[in-house]
Amino acid sequence: MAVMLQGVVATAALSSSAAFDSKGAQLPTVKFLLERKGGFLVDRSDRRLAVFASNARARSASRLVTNAVAAKTDKSTASAASKIGGHEILLFEALREGLEEEMDRDPRVCVMGEDVGHYGGSYKATKGLAKKYGDLRVLDTPIAENSFTGMAVGAAMTGLRPIVEGMNMGFLLLAFNQISNNCGMLHYTSGGQFKIPIVIRGPGGVGRQLGAEHSQRLESYFQSIPGIQMVACSTPYNAKGLMKAAIRSENPVILFEHVLLYNLKEKIPDEEYVLSLEEAEMVRPGEHITILTYSRMRYHVMQAAKTLVNKGYDPEVIDIRSLKPFDLYTIGNSVKKTHRVLIVEECMRTGGIGASLTAAINENFHDYLDAPIACLSSQDVPTPYAGTLEEWTVVQPAQIVTAVEQLCQ
Amino acid sequence: MSSAFPAMKILQPLSTTRSPEKPLFDLLKSPSSFLGSASKLRFNAQKPSPSSSYSSSCHRPSTIVAVSDVVKEKKTLKSNSSLSNLLITKEEGLELYEDMVLGRAFEDMCAQMYYRGKMFGFVHLYNGQEAVSTGFIKLLKQEDYVCSTYRDHVHALSKGVPARAVMSELFGKTTGCCRGQGGSMHMFSKEHNLLGGFAFIGEGIPVATGAAFTSKYRREVLKEAGCDSVTLAFFGDGTCNNGQFFECLNMAALWKLPIVFVVENNLWAIGMSHLRATSDPEIWKKGPAFGMPGVHVDGMDVLKVREVAKEAIARARRGEGPTLVECETYRFRGHSLADPDELRDPAEKARYSARDPITALKKYMIENNLVNEAELKAIERRIDEVIEDAVEFGDKSPLPSRSQLLENVFADPKGFGIGPDGKYRCEDPKFTEGTAHV
Repeated sequence: MAVMLQGVVATAALSSSAAFDSKGAQLPTVKFLLERKGGFLVDRSDRRLAVFASNARARSASRLVTNAVAAKTDKSTASAASKIGGHEILLFEALREGLEEEMDRDPRVCVMGEDVGHYGGSYKATKGLAKKYGDLRVLDTPIAENSFTGMAVGAAMTGLRPIVEGMNMGFLLLAFNQISNNCGMLHYTSGGQFKIPIVIRGPGGVGRQLGAEHSQRLESYFQSIPGIQMVACSTPYNAKGLMKAAIRSENPVILFEHVLLYNLKEKIPDEEYVLSLEEAEMVRPGEHITILTYSRMRYHVMQAAKTLVNKGYDPEVIDIRSLKPFDLYTIGNSVKKTHRVLIVEECMRTGGIGASLTAAINENFHDYLDAPIACLSSQDVPTPYAGTLEEWTVVQPAQIVTAVEQLCQ
Repeated sequence: MSSAFPAMKILQPLSTTRSPEKPLFDLLKSPSSFLGSASKLRFNAQKPSPSSSYSSSCHRPSTIVAVSDVVKEKKTLKSNSSLSNLLITKEEGLELYEDMVLGRAFEDMCAQMYYRGKMFGFVHLYNGQEAVSTGFIKLLKQEDYVCSTYRDHVHALSKGVPARAVMSELFGKTTGCCRGQGGSMHMFSKEHNLLGGFAFIGEGIPVATGAAFTSKYRREVLKEAGCDSVTLAFFGDGTCNNGQFFECLNMAALWKLPIVFVVENNLWAIGMSHLRATSDPEIWKKGPAFGMPGVHVDGMDVLKVREVAKEAIARARRGEGPTLVECETYRFRGHSLADPDELRDPAEKARYSARDPITALKKYMIENNLVNEAELKAIERRIDEVIEDAVEFGDKSPLPSRSQLLENVFADPKGFGIGPDGKYRCEDPKFTEGTAHV
């Protein structure tokens, strides 16, 4: 039986050597951030991270940091698992691994969606599962999003734990009735009698010239629905961990994946691990500015971070992961440290995750801000087909660098 | 009688042009067989008047032969004891009668309470349709599921939810079946497997399909041999033009889910006549199009409904798949208590009032010497007491306190997230008080 990983190890190392393609091609291997998890205990792990960079506040040009590395002290004797084991895996395989482990663990877990069974999923997240678990447990549905999502809700109410795959998140617009009215509300309107432990997942975001309707960012549409949780994965490590956490959660969870991140490769632990749905992930500790991001934009931010470090800045990058609710503790601690916030997201400008986050930070941490919160979002346009136009729709690393420079003046 | 449902019916195309010569509703050639009885009932379509005025185009074919006529026929055929040819026993009859009287009395009391300002919002009453609820739900076991729409009070009562809990819910009290959080249109009961209570029409049908899926899953994947729960999905004629209806018919037939789709065709969707909204108004015909039997039954006659229901539910339990049952019924009141009900023809209402299911059952039982008047009166008195007790209980129950506001948003309240102080929001003492800012 796999053992839950113990010990507090915080390592975030980014190799600065590998080239990064802004369109999301092969990315450098990212070593994972391990967090101590005591199951679902309420007490939080205390993650104190020491930053070696001295004179953090001095922004003199003479202090050039050539290596975008912030080393951390190890709190325990257990070294990073990357040294003792683990296996390399692609993000979609990590999702499948998480899914398979949960399906092995609990026979009530089942998958429903278009082409999830025999086809293995349009992004191969369920490849091979139908052969292993049968056609009923990995159910190929007809093209009827609203109805099979509702069917998953009914199944969840009566004891199963279904995972609904939207072939593309955009298709879930057709299921909005069921997601909003039933997923979100039935626990409440039934007075707590029925719970809906459903996971709705699928690829979204702007891909490579997929056209407007296949390049939607639905985080903003779903975020106001009371009663649901939303998480976005960005690395194989957190993809598997969040998938498992979402399946085990008693709440309805929407897991946002990104079309361009499915082929990310990373080494993840062999041991079983589950991440917290509500916590954010510290990607790169820093002192000058807090950059909040999620999903694919994390990589644009990290690429911009390299440039910024070369220019002498020390950005703190946090992958918020939990889009609803926000992890105000991690975010708050960061704001209290750096006093400047930049939000980088792929969501639309109007009513997006960034807008909500800006409001939340202003409300809670207004006193700690030295500058207004800047928010870089996608343009409020239907994603154009043309490659050049599409590139200008989403936030690019150069814009992030400029924004940081402006904020830090 | 095994698989008495005809799998496919020979269908005559319906004329849809409205002209004085060609009526809207053509004569239906093929008979619908009434299951459980020896006789075939002819579906007599009445030609609407050629003047095709607004109200006459809403004409409906005349009734299927009444049950008592069938029984008389049977009686003349067999000369031995008449009691053995009846469709119900005395106990069953009393149960059916009590359930229908409960439904009717409850709804009448709801109307009173609404006009006295004890309940608010949209309240949709079931008067006149009791035969469908009683005819179907009284055949179910506790572990079978019922899924309804906003016209759900009587489904809840038939399934076993106490009248007190339903009335209290309508008053918005914390002792209601949903703690006052659901209201008239959202009745739920985990104990009695009532899956709601949905305000948008059609959105309950996929949920019902999901419950049927669970039943099949438990049998085939989890290998729970004894699991044979059946789900009943109740909805109206208006819903039958909605996409979710068709999508679920497809999925249920595809996977042979143990579900019965019960259409309560009361001809009206608020003010929209079924005949004005539907290209082919005969809903039962849509079943065979998806590969399941489609049956039409007189929904004003509880015994006929019960016979059809028996077969449909047994079919589902045997694993043979879904059935679409169209019950021709009528609501005596408006769509909701806020509906002035001005569009419906008084003659139509009178015609259906004459077919009141409670009166019909009473007549049947007395004519066949199953019961006497005194027994029925006793039931009515008892029901009156139940209803009064329910009202009193609702009156006395407390209103929900502020602390209840946030309690059931999430099954796992960690979903409210982590606050700035590092603790989960739900650990904040103000959270349970309902004053926490989320």
